[in-house]
Amino acid sequence: MTSMTLNAGAPVPAQDKTNSATDLTDKSATESTSVKQQAVKTQEDIAETVGSPFCDEAKLRMRNVNVFYGEAQAIHDVSLDIGRNQVVAMIGPSGCGKSTFLRCLNRMNDTIEGCRVEGDLTLDGEAIYGPKVDVVPLRARVGMVFQKPNPFPKSIYDNVAYGPKIHGIASRRAELDEIVENSLRRAGLWDEVKDRLDKPGTGLSGGQQQRLCIARAIAVSPEVILMDEPCSALDPIATARIEELIHELRENYTIAIVTHSMQQAARVSQRTAYFHLGKLVEVNDTETVFTNPEHDLTEAYITGRFG
Amino acid sequence: MTDLTQSNLTQKEVRERIESRLASRHRKEKIFRGFGIASIAFGILAVVVLFTDIISKGSSAFVQTDIELNVTYDPAVLGIDTVDDESLAWANFDAVIRNALRERFPDVSGRRDKRELYSLVSNGAGFELRERLQQNPELLGKTETLWFNADDDVDTYVKSLSKSEEGFLGRTSEQKAGWIKSLLATGELEKRFNTTFFTNGDSREPEQAGIRAALMGSLFTLLVTLALSFPIGVAAAIYLEEFAPKNRWTDLIEVNINNLAAVPSIVFGLLGLAIFINFFELPRSAPLVGGLVLTLMTLPTIIISSRAALKSVPPSIREAAMGMGASRMQVVLHHVLPLAMPGMLTGAIIGMAQALGETAPLLMIGMVAFIVDVPHGITDPSTVLPVQIFLWADSPERAFVERTSAAIMVLLAVLITMNTCAVWLRKKLERRW
Repeated sequence: MTSMTLNAGAPVPAQDKTNSATDLTDKSATESTSVKQQAVKTQEDIAETVGSPFCDEAKLRMRNVNVFYGEAQAIHDVSLDIGRNQVVAMIGPSGCGKSTFLRCLNRMNDTIEGCRVEGDLTLDGEAIYGPKVDVVPLRARVGMVFQKPNPFPKSIYDNVAYGPKIHGIASRRAELDEIVENSLRRAGLWDEVKDRLDKPGTGLSGGQQQRLCIARAIAVSPEVILMDEPCSALDPIATARIEELIHELRENYTIAIVTHSMQQAARVSQRTAYFHLGKLVEVNDTETVFTNPEHDLTEAYITGRFG
Repeated sequence: MTDLTQSNLTQKEVRERIESRLASRHRKEKIFRGFGIASIAFGILAVVVLFTDIISKGSSAFVQTDIELNVTYDPAVLGIDTVDDESLAWANFDAVIRNALRERFPDVSGRRDKRELYSLVSNGAGFELRERLQQNPELLGKTETLWFNADDDVDTYVKSLSKSEEGFLGRTSEQKAGWIKSLLATGELEKRFNTTFFTNGDSREPEQAGIRAALMGSLFTLLVTLALSFPIGVAAAIYLEEFAPKNRWTDLIEVNINNLAAVPSIVFGLLGLAIFINFFELPRSAPLVGGLVLTLMTLPTIIISSRAALKSVPPSIREAAMGMGASRMQVVLHHVLPLAMPGMLTGAIIGMAQALGETAPLLMIGMVAFIVDVPHGITDPSTVLPVQIFLWADSPERAFVERTSAAIMVLLAVLITMNTCAVWLRKKLERRW
C-alpha cells in the first residue's frame, strides 16, 4: 500500500490509520469497511473545500457549480480556478463527478438528456453558460481529448485538418498543410506519420491514435485543453509519451486532466483537485496533496485505502 | 479457502457433476446445429424448386413461332391509291395477309376452312404491315417476303411438338395441324427470339402481349417511390435520432411509425385512392400515384432501418466532432451520415424490393387496368410487373401460362439487378472505424 505514494516521495502520515501491508487479517477488513462507511457518512460532512481552490491569474473560474442528471445531483457546490498555462489534475474515486465537472467546461454536457448545470463558470471572464454563448466557438477555444482514442474514420491528414476546415481557419491549402504539420509535430507524431498522411487514422496504434486526437485538438489553437483520462487505454510507454507531451503543451495551453492514476497526476500537474462523491474535497499544489494532504479523505484516497 | 465456498461439495464431486451432464450438453448442441443446417437446406431446396419451375415453364416464352409469307402490297386489295395517313387508316391489310395465305394453300376452299387458314397468323399482322408501308411508301404495288407472328394456338402446338409426338392440339383442328406440319417441314414456320415480348405492352392476344409497358410502369413507379421515400425517410430518421427531444410526443411518433410498418398494404391503397385521386384529382393508373402510395408504404421501413443505422454509429465519433466545435448539423453531415449510409441503403433496398413486389395497393388506384401502350412518363396510365403477372395468370389462353412465368423471371431479374447495385454501392460507401 505504501508503494502507492512513492512517486510523491513522501512518508505516509497519520500512522494510526495505516495498516502494514502484510497484515491482511479480519482486522484490516473491518477497518477498511469502516473507512468506506466513514466515506459515505462524510458526504454531508464535507463542509467546504480545503486548501487553495482559487488562484490569481485564473483562465477558468468556476463558482458554486451544481450539476444535476434529472433528479440526481452529480456535483455539489464546487468552486475552482484553473490558472493560465497550468496543468490541473482532477482525481478521485469512480463516480465522484470529476468527468462530469470537466465536461462542464466546454459544455459537452449539453448533449446529455436531462443534464442541468448551475453556477458561474467563466472563461477569461466570459460566462460559459451565458444565454447568448454559442457552443461552436466555445469548443474551438476549449478543446477536448477523450478517454478512448476516437479518431475520425478518415485519413490522418483529414483528422487534423477537420477543425481548421470547419472553423475556416486556413484560407489556402498551403496554410492548411502547415497547420497539419505543426499540430502533428507538436503532438510528437509527425515523424511517425509524415509518409502516410493519406492513410486512415484508425489504422494507427492506440498511443498514436491518442496523439493524433491531441494533434486534432490543438490544430484549432485552443486556449484550454480538457483531457478525460487520456491514458487509460494506453500501455506505459505510450502513457509516458503522452505525459511528456502534456509537459510540453503546458507552455502554450491551459490543461485540465482527469486521471485515475495518482502517479500520473503527480507527474504532470502543478495543482491537484480531489473530488469525492460530487464534492470538491481539497485543492492544493500537487506536491502538497501527495506529501501532506490537509483532508483525511484525500489522504485515505492517495494512500490507496479506498477508491 | 475451501471453507469460504458456500456449498460443502468437494472438488471431485463438482467435477463428477459437471461430467455427468457433459454428454447431454454436447447432444443438445448437435441437435441445435442440425436444426440450423436443416432449415438452411430447406430454404435452398425451396429456392431451387421455385427457380427450376419458373425457368422451365417460362423460358419457352422467350421464343415465338413465326410464319413466313409472301405479301403483295396490291393497291386493289388494299383499296388505296396513294400512301398517306388517311388512306392507311382505311386500307385493308388483313386482306393482303389472307391473299398471301390463300396463295400458299391454294387447295383450301369453303368459308369455314378458309377462316381456319386465316387463323394461322396473328391478327396483329395487319398492323405490322401498315407500319411497314407507312415507313416505306415505295413498297406499294410490290411483293416481299416477311415473317409474322403466328397465332398463339399455333405457337402452343409447335412448342408442344418438341415435348411429345402428337403435341397439344387444344383448339387446333387436325386439318390445321397438317398445315402447320407442312409449313414446319419447308421451314416457313420457325421458332424465333420473341422480340414482341420485350417491345409490346399488354394484349388480349398472347403472341402480341409484351412486358415492356409493365416494366416501364414498374420503373417509373419505383423512381417516384425512391425519389420521395429515401430523402423523406432519411430526413425523418435523422431528425428523430439526432435532433428531436426525447419526450412523450416523440415516443408517440416512434410507436406509430413502428405500427405503420405493419399496416396491410391495401390500406395504403385505399388511402391513396381517397386522397391522391379523389381529393387531389391526380390521374388514375399513373406511376405518380402508385409511387406516392408505395412511398407511404415504404417510409416506415426506411425510417426504422435508418434510425437503427444512425444508432449504430459509435457515440465517440459524435463526441469527437462535437468536441472539435462542429455544429450539430456538421456532426451529422460530416461524420454520422457517411457511417450510417450503408445501413440506410440496406433499408432503402428492402423497402424498394417490397415496393417492386407490391400489388394490392396498386389495384386500388387503378394500376390494374388493361394498358396496351408503353408509358413514357410518370403521368401516363400504366401497370406494374406484379399486376401484369396477376393479370396474365388470370387469362385463359394457354400461351399466357409461359408468359406469366417469363414475366416472373423479368421481375426477379429487375430485383436482382437492383440488389446488386445496392450491394455494390454499400461496399463502396462502407468504411471501417
